Amino acid sequence: MARLTPLHEAVSDIIQNGDTVALEGFTHLIPHAAGHEIIRQGKTDLTLVRMTPDLIYDQIIGSGCASKLIFSWGGNPGVGSLHRFRDAIEQGWPRPLAYEEHSHAALANAYVAGASNLPFAVLRGYTGSDLPKVNPNIRFIECPFTGEKLAAIPSIRPDVTVIHAQKADRRGNVLLWGIVGVQKEAVLAAKRAIVTVEEVVDELDAPPNACVLPRWAVAAVCHVPGGAYPSYAQDYYERDNRFYQAWDAISRSREAFTAWIDRHVRNTADFEEFKRVFAETTKSKEAV
Amino acid sequence: MDALKTNTGVLEFTATEIMTVAASRLLKDGTVCFVGIGLPSTAANLARLTHAPDVVLIYESGPIGAKPTVLPLSIGDGELALTADTVVSTPEIFRYWLQGGRIDVGFLGAAQVDRFANINTTVIGDYANPKVRLPGAGGAPEIASQAKEVFIVLKQSTKAFVNKLPFITSAGYLDGGDAREKAGIPGKGPAAVITDLGILTPDPVTRELTLTSVHPGVTVEQVKAATGWDLKVSPDLTTTAVPQSHELEALRDLLAHTAKAHGQSAGGEG
Repeated sequence: MARLTPLHEAVSDIIQNGDTVALEGFTHLIPHAAGHEIIRQGKTDLTLVRMTPDLIYDQIIGSGCASKLIFSWGGNPGVGSLHRFRDAIEQGWPRPLAYEEHSHAALANAYVAGASNLPFAVLRGYTGSDLPKVNPNIRFIECPFTGEKLAAIPSIRPDVTVIHAQKADRRGNVLLWGIVGVQKEAVLAAKRAIVTVEEVVDELDAPPNACVLPRWAVAAVCHVPGGAYPSYAQDYYERDNRFYQAWDAISRSREAFTAWIDRHVRNTADFEEFKRVFAETTKSKEAV
Repeated sequence: MDALKTNTGVLEFTATEIMTVAASRLLKDGTVCFVGIGLPSTAANLARLTHAPDVVLIYESGPIGAKPTVLPLSIGDGELALTADTVVSTPEIFRYWLQGGRIDVGFLGAAQVDRFANINTTVIGDYANPKVRLPGAGGAPEIASQAKEVFIVLKQSTKAFVNKLPFITSAGYLDGGDAREKAGIPGKGPAAVITDLGILTPDPVTRELTLTSVHPGVTVEQVKAATGWDLKVSPDLTTTAVPQSHELEALRDLLAHTAKAHGQSAGGEG
């Protein structure tokens, strides 16, 4: 049953070292504030799952919180590489990162299978690709009815899924809209779920087919306005494409990255203070 | 970027512009197209804004029938959701719409292709000890296998057009001939690879990519020199039709709107 709680409490109580954690979001509604709190609390040995690891995963990996990544596309969308992710897998800095690589179709199916309480996902996929040669978790099975060869991969069943949404009501029911990606499936596949929201309202006023996560399917709801920044929240704020571009330079060297993370995340108390410090550093940079 | 002067002496266009225009022309009106980000998205939207107003653009993040006025920087930009006929979940996109067999054309980019139009977006060098780690598969393996046909758009160089890929992320014609059909892949496979130098299409029997069109001002020798295998040239080689002024205007308007919207005109990093 969802409780409305401060983000630091939710992350502290619900995410344990060594957990498998999925912070999902497909460009939209990426839970950056929750990711920062994971770094701030120095969580370690996490297995991270995400279809599209981008900046927040680069930050968590570069901060040494993760020992493994399960993913299907890792990059800075429209900009280029994730330098911290590459440094971790190519040079083992700040610690080696094991990785398990899939296609989007497979991971999307694996979340559906997890949410459906099935041990594996089945799809028409991977035929002719070299991915099954390097990932032993991609196997092929025979359809028991037709004999057709189909791809199978294990379900994704995170210990914790973290997402960001537009609204929750005071009882903890959650509403999200726009590009909803795989978030509903990721929440229902997980043992526990944390949802950060832009707004807490008296009534959701959700139309009948809206994407609503009932409060009894979520462990904690945290009111974190702006918590998806620099990604976006449809009808609240736009994606800050400039920060995605700026991240390329910040993340290129270990030193610049560490200085940024220390200043903006490790040495701030919470997301509110992050926003103040970030506004100051961005302003002073623009003034130069 | 070199601007090429055409015979008319009026129109000038860059190699990237003719690549985008040539790619857009392949998309027929009314086609249902699963669009990759970057060059494919530019070409598909140019088609929509010119000769193919009823093309249906589907992005893997969930928008179906997206009609963006500025190009998305990422695959899940809000503009795609706001202009779409509907937005569905990512599992639904891959399960019902792609695997369900409803996609006519998969429009993909690539880091590398080989002579049988297989695609690499995973790694250069050894998988375990990569020389260059690329972003990975994304939606491409299943788009490449399940769309009824596939167009690939990328710039041509010996680094990008290699005889043998270090890693096949997404299947083209595998080892050529009927290898793709034998592997049980449902879609027909890559129908064309559109580059900044010309258009390559698979030989009907061997499935080897063959140069069938060169862009105006480009020589066959130039295309061969930018290819990492001994590129075969079609006996029916044609020259790509020069971009029309309305195509160039639409493309430039779209890119100008996009740069303005994404803050790139101010220099990018801030």
